[in-house]
Amino acid sequence: MSILEIRQLTKNFGGIAAVVDVDMVVEKGDLVGLIGPNGAGKTTLFNLITGVYAPTSGEIVFTPYNKAILLSGKKPWWITRQGFARTFQNIRLFKELSVLDNVRIAMHKDIKYGVFSSILRLPAYYKEEDRVFTKALELLDIVGLKEKQAELAKNLPYGQQRRLEIARALATDPTVLFLDEPAAGMNPQETADLTRLIGELRQRFGLTIILIEHDMSLVMNLCERIYVLDYGRLIAKGSPDEIKNNQKVIEAYLGEEV
Amino acid sequence: MKRWLTLPTLCWCVFAIGLYGLLQLLIEIGVISVVWQITLANIGINVILAVSLNLILGISGQFSLGHAAFMGIGAYAGGIVLKMLPGYTGMLLGALAGLLISALAALVIAVPTLRLRGDYLAIATLGFGEIIRIIINNMKITNGAAGLSNIPAVANLTVIYFTIVLTLIIVCNFKNSAPGRACISIKEDEIASEAMGIPTTRYKVIAFVLGAMLASLAGVLYASSFYVIKPTYFAFAQSINILVIVVFGGMGSMTGSVVAALVLGVINYLLQSLPNERMIVYAVAIILIMVFRPKGLMGNFELSFARLKSLQDIKALPALWKDKILAVLARLKNKRQKEDA
Repeated sequence: MSILEIRQLTKNFGGIAAVVDVDMVVEKGDLVGLIGPNGAGKTTLFNLITGVYAPTSGEIVFTPYNKAILLSGKKPWWITRQGFARTFQNIRLFKELSVLDNVRIAMHKDIKYGVFSSILRLPAYYKEEDRVFTKALELLDIVGLKEKQAELAKNLPYGQQRRLEIARALATDPTVLFLDEPAAGMNPQETADLTRLIGELRQRFGLTIILIEHDMSLVMNLCERIYVLDYGRLIAKGSPDEIKNNQKVIEAYLGEEV
Repeated sequence: MKRWLTLPTLCWCVFAIGLYGLLQLLIEIGVISVVWQITLANIGINVILAVSLNLILGISGQFSLGHAAFMGIGAYAGGIVLKMLPGYTGMLLGALAGLLISALAALVIAVPTLRLRGDYLAIATLGFGEIIRIIINNMKITNGAAGLSNIPAVANLTVIYFTIVLTLIIVCNFKNSAPGRACISIKEDEIASEAMGIPTTRYKVIAFVLGAMLASLAGVLYASSFYVIKPTYFAFAQSINILVIVVFGGMGSMTGSVVAALVLGVINYLLQSLPNERMIVYAVAIILIMVFRPKGLMGNFELSFARLKSLQDIKALPALWKDKILAVLARLKNKRQKEDA
């Protein structure tokens, strides 16, 4: 059964069509890669799905269980609460806050106390804070940042910042995880580690993962299905092998033969 | 076991009560004169105002230029009720009325304006501040531009002191909780915050309303400490005064707000005989802060006893401080030697 269905999604910025009539069907548990040359509209598509932009037309339907939820046109925080989580291409951590706080903030949706309990320090506050603390440490342990919990996010090395972003996204307890260039700027060793981590996370949390990536070693190793965007249009979809040999994809990346 | 009964909390209790005892002692033996007592009352009210604005500006990152209006609402609510019903009951009822009205006003202002960002929000809150002042200026119950006078003086330093303590407890408890963290994340990166499932508008409104309510408490104290209130007291200039304290002390640091209110209050008092030069010194102080400590006097620093886990830790403190001082001295010495070489 498909967990995410995108129908005829279009986004125009003034006269520029950034995403045009994109159709996509993602099955539960899939690991989908989204590739394409620079400026193809990959990040725009992510921003449309996660609600940062409202689509010009088209629909996004999310079916986590049996009930379909229409996501297009909703606020980002509401979409996240339905079970979507994302990382950002240009890392967007809460830089001045500790690693632990970064994760704790993302656990906001399942915190069961409000402003009054926090000001009056009612028992609910302590109970929930303990639970959140333990769970946050667990997540940090998974991405290998448990020892760095007190460090400010801005002081982490680049690769660890990327990992922290993943931990933060996981803290929202997602069903579908969107990774925007998770391996950007990493060396081959870090990329290999990340590839393993993504595979593990998928197993452990039963995630459906959609990722944008330029690093073909990661995409071809990890993804079962790949969608290729060019100039905002979907030009190909299929297994890694099919994509490698697709004439249109080769043309999009290398140009047409003269 | 009561979870809040920890060593840091105990330290804070001892600290707060000890400071109060010291204050009373100094007043008793005449070190703090009556004039200084008035200055201290003023400083205390400024502390509450600064901490409440810091909640809006430093924690949730929303730039408000209309904070004095909420103080005005509190002052008038307090003043009117107190004139009808002198005494502590009157002040409590006045404070309650002030809290309610300012919360309502803040809600009405917040819901449309907090969708704006940066400069636009500043202009909008400035406008709303003026609207409230003009409403007060034109109402019969507030006695128009002449203002209220002969308000019974009920508040004293004790009342002000414990209102400060209460304000600090509320704001710091809020800051160190999930709703507080949500607000801080909005300041840090609004897009990321929203992507992590935080309804940003809701939390901006919560911080704004809470800040406005605390400011109205300061207003009640102001009205019942200084006998006279006029609409002009709560105009744009007062909002700027509060803003200056917050920026001076460091956005997001409550310790900074308290220290800055004290420092600026004392500077203000010492220069009272030179009203013209005062503004120059004030301006120079702020420029110096901006040049040498752009994040404010305290930056993000917060006075905390959280590191103290057991009584042994307290005993070890003097040694720790000694080590720290020695380390700083050694560093200075090193620097000088390097410069010499």
